[in-house]
Amino acid sequence: MDVTTHDVLLVGGGGAGLRAAIAVSELNPNLKIAVVSKVYPMRSHTVSAEGGAAGVIKSDDSLDEHAYDTISGGDWLCDQDAVEAFVNEAPQELLQLEHWGCPWSRQDDGHIAVRPFGGMKKMRTWFAADKTGFHMLHTLFQTTMKYNSIFRYDEWFVTKLLVDDGRVQGVVAIELMSGKIQAITAKSVILCAGGCGRVFPFTTNASIKTGDGMGLAYRAGAPLKDMEFIQYHPTGLPFTGILITEAARAEGGYLVNKDGYRYLQDYNLGTPTAKPVLRSMELGPRDRLSQAFVKEQEKGRTIDGPYGPVVHLDLRHLGEKLINAKLPFVRELCTKYQNVDPVHELIPVRPVIHYMMGGVSTDINGATPLPGLFAAGEVACVSINGANRLGSNSLPELLVFGARAGKAAAEFASSAKPISNSILAQAFDEQRRIENQFLRNTTGRERTSTIREEMQQTMETSAGIYRTESSLAAGAKTLRHLQERSDNLALDDHSLTFNTDLVAALELSFMLDVAESMVQSALQRTESRGAHQRTDFPKRNDEKFLAHSVVFRAADGRPRVEYLPVRITRWPPGERVYGQPAQKASAS
Amino acid sequence: MADTIKLEISRYSPETDAAPHFQSFEVPFRRDWVVLDALNYIKDKQDGSLTYRWSCRMGICGSCGMLVNGEPKLTCATFLADYAPASIRVEPLRNFPIVRDLVIAMNDFMRKFQKMKPWLIRKEEKPVSEGEYLQTPEQLDAYKQFSMCINCMLCYAACPVYGLDPLFAGPAAIALAQRYNLDSRDQGAKDRFPVLSQHDAIWGCTFVGECTRVCPKHVDPAGAIQQYKLTAALDWVKSVVMPWGGK
Amino acid sequence: MKSSVATPPYTLNHPRWYRKRVSTYWWLLRWEYLRFVLREISSVFVAWFVVLTIVQIYAVSRGPDAYAEFQDFLKNPFVLALNVISFFFVVFHSITWFNLSARAMAIRIGGKRVPGFLISGPNFAAWLVISALIAWLLLRE
Ligand SMILES: Cc1cc2nc3c(=O)[nH]c(=O)nc-3n(C[C@H](O)[C@H](O)[C@H](O)COP(=O)(O)OP(=O)(O)OC[C@H]3O[C@@H](n4cnc5c(N)ncnc54)[C@H](O)[C@@H]3O)c2cc1C
Ligand code: SF4
Ligand code: FES
Repeated sequence: MDVTTHDVLLVGGGGAGLRAAIAVSELNPNLKIAVVSKVYPMRSHTVSAEGGAAGVIKSDDSLDEHAYDTISGGDWLCDQDAVEAFVNEAPQELLQLEHWGCPWSRQDDGHIAVRPFGGMKKMRTWFAADKTGFHMLHTLFQTTMKYNSIFRYDEWFVTKLLVDDGRVQGVVAIELMSGKIQAITAKSVILCAGGCGRVFPFTTNASIKTGDGMGLAYRAGAPLKDMEFIQYHPTGLPFTGILITEAARAEGGYLVNKDGYRYLQDYNLGTPTAKPVLRSMELGPRDRLSQAFVKEQEKGRTIDGPYGPVVHLDLRHLGEKLINAKLPFVRELCTKYQNVDPVHELIPVRPVIHYMMGGVSTDINGATPLPGLFAAGEVACVSINGANRLGSNSLPELLVFGARAGKAAAEFASSAKPISNSILAQAFDEQRRIENQFLRNTTGRERTSTIREEMQQTMETSAGIYRTESSLAAGAKTLRHLQERSDNLALDDHSLTFNTDLVAALELSFMLDVAESMVQSALQRTESRGAHQRTDFPKRNDEKFLAHSVVFRAADGRPRVEYLPVRITRWPPGERVYGQPAQKASAS
Repeated sequence: MADTIKLEISRYSPETDAAPHFQSFEVPFRRDWVVLDALNYIKDKQDGSLTYRWSCRMGICGSCGMLVNGEPKLTCATFLADYAPASIRVEPLRNFPIVRDLVIAMNDFMRKFQKMKPWLIRKEEKPVSEGEYLQTPEQLDAYKQFSMCINCMLCYAACPVYGLDPLFAGPAAIALAQRYNLDSRDQGAKDRFPVLSQHDAIWGCTFVGECTRVCPKHVDPAGAIQQYKLTAALDWVKSVVMPWGGK
Repeated sequence: MKSSVATPPYTLNHPRWYRKRVSTYWWLLRWEYLRFVLREISSVFVAWFVVLTIVQIYAVSRGPDAYAEFQDFLKNPFVLALNVISFFFVVFHSITWFNLSARAMAIRIGGKRVPGFLISGPNFAAWLVISALIAWLLLRE
């Protein structure tokens, strides 16, 4: 077996991974860095982010206000020391990206322009039209090209973390082009493998977002945190799940039901005004807006579409000029995929799975409890997002914690002991497992796609916007059963060249682990908080659950949940108030 | 209208085939399906060994470029309804080595792209603590179009020069170099000049203009190349007329 | 940044990537390619007109006899046919050239890019005016 050796290895070449790679290079140009990604880095899902990235820059704004918005938006489940570090470093990180060439939208005087965003009380969201993630990712990717110490493994799929002597020392990966399975060792490993929206049937997430990173850590013994908190975005296109960015509402779009009524006013989100008001109505937080949709549906006030109920997003009053200038991609997506021109027509939308608040548990420097293993980006849970992430906080999170994890991993690698020799035996075992379980297996009888669909359906019915004890328990049972069936997969493809059938099977097994951890955490959290809404426990319970769920994988493969207190520094838990009164209530 | 549609898909496995061949599949015809949905349907229900790249399904990641009826297209943005009821031919992008089925090798582009030094070059870096480099909306507009490239490779598949001369740097790589040259914050045009002005770069282009026509993001790489030719020619004239005056 | 794809090459399982040779008739595959090839060929005819004009000027400079001889040469049916064909190619070349100029010159006024037709338009206009002027000069009597 071939083995290659590096100092710091990154699993994932999205926003978090590339930022971390540059951080390592800048800290110590002598460290050899590997970026392993299952797709070419510029294909990573960060490319799809539309709306923007939050960072305090204008003089009427303050770090404390950003922190408060984030913490109240997260229903007080955020670790406040992490949030403070985050709001502090976000503006510098966004400026750094500007210095690397990111084409941020500008004011007439040449300064950075900002736009309002959901749940944020001040305008602080930087944007590059409505292709923010695209420009950030390409800027980062093109910038990494100038560092000679960064070595890319493009289109390599990581299947396992190598753990020996109590610390992570590398990965086993498949080179898709050739089918070669090999060990890539490193003194520290940073997981930047993104989210897991594909666990659900209806999502804004790309096909590559299958929770591999969470699965890798979980199996290696690192716990996952707050996995029951999954964000629905209130405005996805039906069928495709394509996201209509929150920026559409921030620029002044309305959400209306079948009577043309701005229904959010019925759900404690303020009173309608012609111009958008921050932290009010359409600019409320995503969990509340998605929940309001379900209530409207129950009242029979949604519109029936070919793919289930929808409400309408109305941008018509914004006019063609503003839409073309600020929301060109929204218009392109609507006309291309929905055959609707938002300048003249209403856009049908529904809530759609969008973002994973939970993830691999890390400290404020991205270190997991497992030595040598770090995590950053959507795969990680630091946690700054708590029970509900605010729109435009994720992109700066990639940068802030990508950089922090990069530095921490670089320091760890500089002082780590050499790689143990016994690591190779493990890598061999993994190679044999992949060959026997998938490539040479001729007795399997289950189809990957069938099990995947059943899993997705199970997740939607058992762990959707509203959950109950019985729905979750039933879900947990079905998932267990699917786990067993997935041991018996039959691949159509036994080839070594670019075997996407094999990749799908490996992704499915990660997704099943992730799904089980979500359902188990949701089952045990008998309260309602942020994106986790239990109809049988509709109240928040700070006494018992002002705590992070931490899931370990038990020896029998089942999830085991423990709790960890939330770190509170300056903002004691309070009521989440949106709508006009928020102006007063949120004094920090 | 028929409720199924036929797809003729190019298959090639380096382990068993000497050359690509077509295989037909019948999939349900749905008005809101794109070609990629049909491929996914085949992969999930009929033949899991069908091999292609995709990810975002919203025309932004650049993975899913293929030839649809001979024309380079993003398959996630190409509707079945535009071709039905006739059958649809799906092939890997032209001018690239075929790895398997619909997957091509694009490492050649990645190498050439990097040679263009596609990053912001400054003589002197301003510290981040001193704030942003100012850039007016007009200055942004000057290069914005060229920064929209998603590296989908459709333009390479459309370019006969790239097909005939594999050394040609190609449309997207040049457009992206020009993206930085035109950025008011950049000072690296001189560093990129030697690579760009080589025979295999801009002068290789004979202005077929097909790259611009197929580009799904309206990048206009042909325009970028012509503009750079003009710049390079003027530079040359300047250096002849005023050999003493540098830029 | 180095990429592992470039070096080392695929080992043990090196896939035999399939490389299609470009067909000799690639330029017949699409009208756009054909148009491109025609444009490339048109340069030859442009060159022919240039040579012809030089010879003409030379003939004029050598006196009326030489010029008459040159005119006889032009009346040769073969040369006549060649010139008719050349004329079409040169017109084709000029049109595509002017269209190209609009793309090559990104002129900005007041921060907005001047639309292509405003760049190629005056070119075409000037061309028409000059052609008309010459025609008028020649066909006056
Ligand atoms: C449609 C959409 C719009 C969004 N808009 C916004 C917005 O406006 N503002 C905002 O703040 N946030 C937004 N988000 C959220 C944000 O974009 C994501 O959270 C963020 O981009 C995740 O980045 P990442 O670097 O963690 O992961 P990704 O960019 O997803 O990258 C993951 C990387 O890991 C690699 N990888 C994964 N598994 C493996 C494996 N097994 N082996 C090898 N490599 C692997 C992948 O190849 C990839 O390179 C949006 C999200 C979506 C879906
Ligand atoms: S220039 Fe256009 S066609 Fe070419 S790679 Fe970029 S986006 Fe694709
Ligand atoms: S799948 Fe991303 S561009 Fe088509």
